[in-house]
Amino acid sequence: MPRALSITTHNASLGEAPLTPEWHSRTVASETAAHKMSFTAVPTASNSYQLNDSNEVQPLHSLPPPFTTTSSPGQTSSTKLIRQGAEALLYYTHFLSPSLPCALKYRPPKSYRHPILDKRLTRARILAEARVLVRCKREGVSVPAVLGAGWEEGWIAIEWVNGSTVRDAIFGRKTWRQENQASYEGGEKDLVGLMHKIGCAVGKLHQVGVIHGDLTTSNLMLRPTVSGAEGGEEPSATSAATPFDGTITLIDFGLAAQSSQEEDRAVDLYVLERAFGSTHPEVEHLFPEVLKAYGESYKGAKVVLRKLEDVRMRGRKKSMIG
Amino acid sequence: MPIAIGLEGSANKLGVGIILHPSSSTPSSPHDSAHSEDEAFTSKPTSPPVQILANLRHTFVSPPGTGFLPKDTAAHHRRWVVRLTKQALKQARIQLEDVDCICYTKGPGMGAPLGAVAIAARTLSQLWDKPLIGVNHCVGHIEMGRAITGAENPVVLYVSGGNTQVIAYSAQRYRIFGEALDIAVGNCLDRFARVLNISNDPAPGYNIEQLAKDGKCLLELPYAVKGMDVSFSGILARVEELARRLTTTTSTNPWLDPDTGLDITKSDLCFTLQETVFAMLVEITERAMAHVGAQQVLIVGGVGCNERLQQMMGIMASERGGSVYATDERFCIDNGIMIAHAGLLAHGKGFETKLEESTFTQRFRTDEVLVNWRD
Repeated sequence: MPRALSITTHNASLGEAPLTPEWHSRTVASETAAHKMSFTAVPTASNSYQLNDSNEVQPLHSLPPPFTTTSSPGQTSSTKLIRQGAEALLYYTHFLSPSLPCALKYRPPKSYRHPILDKRLTRARILAEARVLVRCKREGVSVPAVLGAGWEEGWIAIEWVNGSTVRDAIFGRKTWRQENQASYEGGEKDLVGLMHKIGCAVGKLHQVGVIHGDLTTSNLMLRPTVSGAEGGEEPSATSAATPFDGTITLIDFGLAAQSSQEEDRAVDLYVLERAFGSTHPEVEHLFPEVLKAYGESYKGAKVVLRKLEDVRMRGRKKSMIG
Repeated sequence: MPIAIGLEGSANKLGVGIILHPSSSTPSSPHDSAHSEDEAFTSKPTSPPVQILANLRHTFVSPPGTGFLPKDTAAHHRRWVVRLTKQALKQARIQLEDVDCICYTKGPGMGAPLGAVAIAARTLSQLWDKPLIGVNHCVGHIEMGRAITGAENPVVLYVSGGNTQVIAYSAQRYRIFGEALDIAVGNCLDRFARVLNISNDPAPGYNIEQLAKDGKCLLELPYAVKGMDVSFSGILARVEELARRLTTTTSTNPWLDPDTGLDITKSDLCFTLQETVFAMLVEITERAMAHVGAQQVLIVGGVGCNERLQQMMGIMASERGGSVYATDERFCIDNGIMIAHAGLLAHGKGFETKLEESTFTQRFRTDEVLVNWRD
């Protein structure tokens, strides 16, 4: 049974909550059938869906309870598959109440590996991610809160973060300037400010003893600083002074680890540096601003920056035999 | 029609292979290769079909409980290289004039055996006045795997006694996306076999595979995957500990599985080790596939013959809507034909290793080679 971490009660009536995905079968009978087949290998599909006899698109994996619930016919769905990675599916859905939007990360069983090993790994990874997030939250790092997790079933529900990724914000900078008719007088001041914020955010993360493991601009969100009601509210674009307003929030801790070693921290920075180089070559020259802010963000950061020099020299990996 | 002789001796196998690329004029042209389809060993539209004239191998097998030492292995190669080459030429039924180049393994591998074979190749090159081609062992595996299976642009899992890499092609290089950070997976299996005195004939990995078929209990081992990289040394240390515990187990002091109450056997240890390390390999391969958006996987290298690994990879690939390509022991395990094949591809682009440069190296990364025969 699913267990909630921060919310300890489970309401049985949640089964009626509108959690059904769009592409799910409409009747209870086929719903059950879909659930049964969900953990078996389905070959030959060229993407994550397969066509069955009735040409209805069905997902390869159905969600574990309580997320696979029935809904009355014709009801609009609120659960959407956002991304499919190598080992997890990311859904947008609601948790406990329709007013609480969340990101649901589901690690479906891998039938290629031994069931005992599979259970062990899924459990360890869900718990590790939850623990890192809880620790970050407690220490005041801006990360989404953990709402609940089912480590036997392989899911973790995380607070939904509004706003855009840093990646999209940088790509959208030009458009934003045109729309807001902002002059180019500021030069790259807005970008410098963004870099500073990123450096501080990563510094704060490292300070509390957490390594992200996959720092890219897609895993950095700009969460609008909302004054009013939480969640759901769109920030008004006109009130923003730069395209990069908001708080840097780190997401996707799937590869995170708890470590305070300079080497690990330096590699984390190196990965981010490389991500900037490959995704945003036009702003790569401002990356030193990230490091500058990082260097001032906590005691011990300067040592990490020196270590980064070594990591740069040799790359992420050592040159080895073969 | 270009013909190449390939000499391989980077580890305990000495291989001599002779290959023919039928569509000689423009080996990279898909139109030409299509014409010679019927007489080719295998063919596909994107790379030239090849014909294998000879593929001989002689393996240095060390006694159970020991590994192959560089000195002894080099002596073995020196003893056999002339005999094997003569036999290959006889089997191929070709004239020396038809041979275009002599290809040899430049690296990576064990120094002494590499040196022995490099000297043999240099000698043949001087004797017959043929150009020399130094070949990267890993690229040889990849190109042979592609030629045999017809996989066009796969993610490659290269697993052997000395190498563990997840590779994908991009812009004329085979890029390493993930690799073992310490020992190779095959090395982990081989060294485990030594503790249990499992025979090295025909290969320790093969005997582990057979034993594992009777395994029932899955014991707990470390699981070390970091992104697309893996580490096996900790797993080896732990499984060696378990193996030593097994050797001290007697009927009065049994070691029972807590869940089933059955005796823990050699087979269970083999089973546990295989299930754990192969799960790691499949996991990093899947991650690389998701990363580059590939649908095909090609498994090459000695460990790639393992049918359980192939099966697990097949399940993973089919769940992603992809497919897995693997070859049998003739091409998976180190062989001369793959060196001849990769060498001839490079030779077709004008590559040649001058005598003064015909060295060998223990360290030779896969991504150092310019793969200019691919688009």
